[in-house]
Amino acid sequence: MATIFETLKLYFTYPFVRYALIVGVLIALCSSLLGVTLVLKRFSFIGDGLSHVAFGGMAIASVLKFTNDMPLTLTVTVISAILLLMSSKNAKIKGDAAIAMVSVGSLAIGYLLLNIFSPSGNLSGDVCSTLFGSTSILTLTKTEVYLCAVLSVIVVAVFVLLYNRIFAVTFDEDFSNATGINANLYNFAIAIIIAVIIVLAMNLVGSLLISALVIFPSLSAMRLFKSFKSVTVCSAVLSVLCSLLGILISIVFGTPVGSTIVAADIIAFLVCYIIGLLVGGKKI
Amino acid sequence: MAQLTCDKVTLGYDGKVVRENVSFSVKSGDYLCIIGENGSGKSTLMKTILGLKAPMSGKISYGDGLKEKEIGYLPQQTDIQKDFPASVYEIVLSGCLSKLGAKPFYTKKQKDMANYQIHRLGLDNLKKRCYRELSGGQQQRVLLARALCATKKMILLDEPVSGLDPKVTADMYELIDALNKKDGITVIMISHDIKSTLTYATHILHVGKDIFFGTKQEYLKSDFAKVFANKGGEE
Repeated sequence: MATIFETLKLYFTYPFVRYALIVGVLIALCSSLLGVTLVLKRFSFIGDGLSHVAFGGMAIASVLKFTNDMPLTLTVTVISAILLLMSSKNAKIKGDAAIAMVSVGSLAIGYLLLNIFSPSGNLSGDVCSTLFGSTSILTLTKTEVYLCAVLSVIVVAVFVLLYNRIFAVTFDEDFSNATGINANLYNFAIAIIIAVIIVLAMNLVGSLLISALVIFPSLSAMRLFKSFKSVTVCSAVLSVLCSLLGILISIVFGTPVGSTIVAADIIAFLVCYIIGLLVGGKKI
Repeated sequence: MAQLTCDKVTLGYDGKVVRENVSFSVKSGDYLCIIGENGSGKSTLMKTILGLKAPMSGKISYGDGLKEKEIGYLPQQTDIQKDFPASVYEIVLSGCLSKLGAKPFYTKKQKDMANYQIHRLGLDNLKKRCYRELSGGQQQRVLLARALCATKKMILLDEPVSGLDPKVTADMYELIDALNKKDGITVIMISHDIKSTLTYATHILHVGKDIFFGTKQEYLKSDFAKVFANKGGEE
């Protein structure tokens, strides 16, 4: 035990470990906030779909030899998010099919572009780290940490300010519209927030595992709590704890950061599920 | 002056006409039931009244102090709501949202309003309970309380008793009737249940191939009632 703490203490003297922890916690916090809304709107897979879009955006940015791929990736992802969430109701191609189409499409195009115009020699290494976020969180620069911190603060602030409206629109869009709330405006806001979160979270867990970060904490919290507010708070707390734990374990044991965090989230879900069964009795 | 007037409205969606020439008016304190077979355009009419959909032609006007967005709406349950983690209080309070204006959070006034409606509909002991664990009748009461938070003048109910057992159905009708008679709230109800409709309503709008609008007494004398009565109130 003592040696583990020694190791951690040693690692904390490195700035990149501290950056990783800060960014990890911020991203975990942001991504859990909208989870409840997305799960309830049957949009659990939007995280997956959008992250593949973000991968496509990243590929384009690196083919064009942009030094910072964030702005382009963010723009592409935000636009896709808006299109997916807004068109879902009356579109000819329904929500899940649209997400699947966009998701695999951009994954394929992104990989194709990288393959043809690859700027670096280690193509499979690059792709692997984008998909699983294996090391990028440990190579963050100070600017990226600041950018991430600023975006996280904005996301949390917007969520808190719009909390009551997000609740109403998620619970009953028609009623909100009928009483003069512009539900589309808030769906729009939700789409933008989720896109920002996904681009942020790509650094942490990579684009294949983002969905886990978005849905697991809220699914866990929904087993235990019964009001929207307590579910939201609980999922934020769970998410932060799991990602802290995941990062620490991955540092000590040298496991991949993203998958370790997701593993921690899965364990937390199982624990919550069992507690929910014991306390709640019948319901799922 | 009427609170709500529909003048020669054509209903439809995606450029397809469902029903033409629908005209009726609702005065303060009326209890209007909208009946008609499935596909007759009842729900399109409802969405048009609520301003969720523009009429294809004709005009809908609001008057007597009622504004378009001040109709309290009791929708049918959606799938999302069946496993929504939310307390009764949170849901009822969300009915006050339109009164927030640009403010991000509810004030004491809105919280008092929500508490008042919860008390009014006898939901005090369920206030902290989770919505998805309530019975169908209790859930309807919660949604009715929310609708009352959004309006003082008119509620629009979309098949409020569908899926409820007879005892709970009767209670629900009594409750709506009390809101109408005691509190003077105008009621517009879309219903399948002809028998109860004829017990409580003051006016009937029958949407179908032919359109009837008039008082309950006029309706009972018309041919429409006979056709419906022969079907035993079933659709």
